[in-house]
Amino acid sequence: MNDDLNDLYQEVILEHAKSPRNFKVLPDANRVAHGTNPLCGDNYTVYLVMDGDVVRDASFQGSGCAISKASASLLTSTIKGKTRADVEALFGKVHDMVTTGHADDSMGKLAAFAGVHKFPARVKCAILSWHAAKAAVAGGGTVSTEGEENA
Amino acid sequence: MTPPTPDWQKLRADFPILDQQVHGHPLVYFDNAATSQKPRAVIDALVRYYERDNANVHRGIHELSNRATAGYEAARVRTAKYLNARDPHEIVFTRGTTEGINLVAQAWGSQFIKAGDVILATEMEHHSDIVPWQLLAARTGAKLRFLPIRDDDHTLDLARLDEFLTRDVKLFAMAHISNALGVVNPVAELCARARQLGAVTLVDGAQSAGHLPVDVQAIGCDFFAFSGHKMCGPTGSGALYGRREVLEATPPYMGGGEMISTVDYDHSTWNTIPHKFEAGTPDISAPIGLHAAMDYLDAIGRENIWRHDQELAEHCHDRLASLNGVRLFGPAKGRAGLVSFLLNDVHAHDVVTIADRYGVALRGGHHCTQPLMKKLGVPSTARASFYFYNTKAEVDRFIEVVKEIQKFFGV
Repeated sequence: MNDDLNDLYQEVILEHAKSPRNFKVLPDANRVAHGTNPLCGDNYTVYLVMDGDVVRDASFQGSGCAISKASASLLTSTIKGKTRADVEALFGKVHDMVTTGHADDSMGKLAAFAGVHKFPARVKCAILSWHAAKAAVAGGGTVSTEGEENA
Repeated sequence: MTPPTPDWQKLRADFPILDQQVHGHPLVYFDNAATSQKPRAVIDALVRYYERDNANVHRGIHELSNRATAGYEAARVRTAKYLNARDPHEIVFTRGTTEGINLVAQAWGSQFIKAGDVILATEMEHHSDIVPWQLLAARTGAKLRFLPIRDDDHTLDLARLDEFLTRDVKLFAMAHISNALGVVNPVAELCARARQLGAVTLVDGAQSAGHLPVDVQAIGCDFFAFSGHKMCGPTGSGALYGRREVLEATPPYMGGGEMISTVDYDHSTWNTIPHKFEAGTPDISAPIGLHAAMDYLDAIGRENIWRHDQELAEHCHDRLASLNGVRLFGPAKGRAGLVSFLLNDVHAHDVVTIADRYGVALRGGHHCTQPLMKKLGVPSTARASFYFYNTKAEVDRFIEVVKEIQKFFGV
């Protein structure tokens, strides 16, 4: 298997794609955002329970490729307990990482997505649920990756 | 007369692009339903036009304009012959199938579709043969209906044709070949049934025009739209065939130069067909390149191309069917040169990403047929689509890559 592919499909990504965490509807969610990738049909809904500015619980539902599903799984695991500002800052870091490959030490498991930058067509898969999460902490709504670079 | 079966391997040398490595592997180009590659003869025709003959067409007096006009109009005559139209005036140059269908929806539709009329399409249509009708229906108050596909082999459910093709159907639009399934529709039979009821017919020939002999008179359609870039021609080339009587009754599409006869400040009169539908300076090089593509394809013989397409598709289908965990779409036999499939629960984009790293160019996604994907109950499929320059050895290589993908995802 070639090295770039191993960088893209890291163990942690394959594992989360196979057994996604927080893959359910949160009945008491007070923020819901829907993310679609119109070009490929990837489709996720992110559910948040927010207490003021803080994410108390997070989940997702939907369908898509291994990259997008693993990304949503790790996202919902990561943002619990974080503030809206934290989530927005993390969005910026993830976006930077999947487009340039640079991951700083604070990224933890999310650093698994650094390999995505070698696959420009897959950037939108990795970032889709992050767009939805960013919209959800801001109040919810529908977002799409239509304007994403290399989409 | 069908030319003898060509040496397919030798024809590959006509396509400079095929001779390359992708990610360290020989390129296997299986995305022909999206766009085909271009032979040297077409590339040369474009270069020759721009190096020797480029000028604006029509109304020019000087030599270059005469040459450009002659080349442009010769392409129209060639296209009429290619489709066996009665008359070159029945050929309107477009940027491709999408523009052809939109021209019909906007120009013909605005004149002839009224509130309460029914526009009938099929469940396997490409977005370009759905959305223009939705816009037309919204504008006019017409109803849009879809002839269903069968659950087993995904061909049209012809047993239900009478239920859908009723007297209030004013237009019946259908794909000749489904880009997502490889289903070949019985267009001549469908057009004959529609004609009996007085409905106008449009055949979306995007996937057929470069792959099998097309005779618009034998099909009996009123409109036939196709794209040049899927049949060895340049992007931006294509044409709409319209039966003369129907085209003449159709009001203009876009207003501007070339499409007029006389213009006053308060009114204008229209040019004759097909110029009435070709406002503004067209892409002159596109039909000239398309002309070269048609000559190239007919030298090979479209009967030969079709046989080769079908052999590759059947071989690919049968080999995929022999693997575990492969879900196939469309019929087992008689399919056009493409195979849509899914591997276990691996998403099509993951299949395509990995195949690409082995040099195999596939397409994964909804193939611009979202309603069909919903009907099939899948978000997307992966698709391998062939042309005459593809070989059995490439299909076998692709099958080895599919096995690698299954191994990679542990399925």
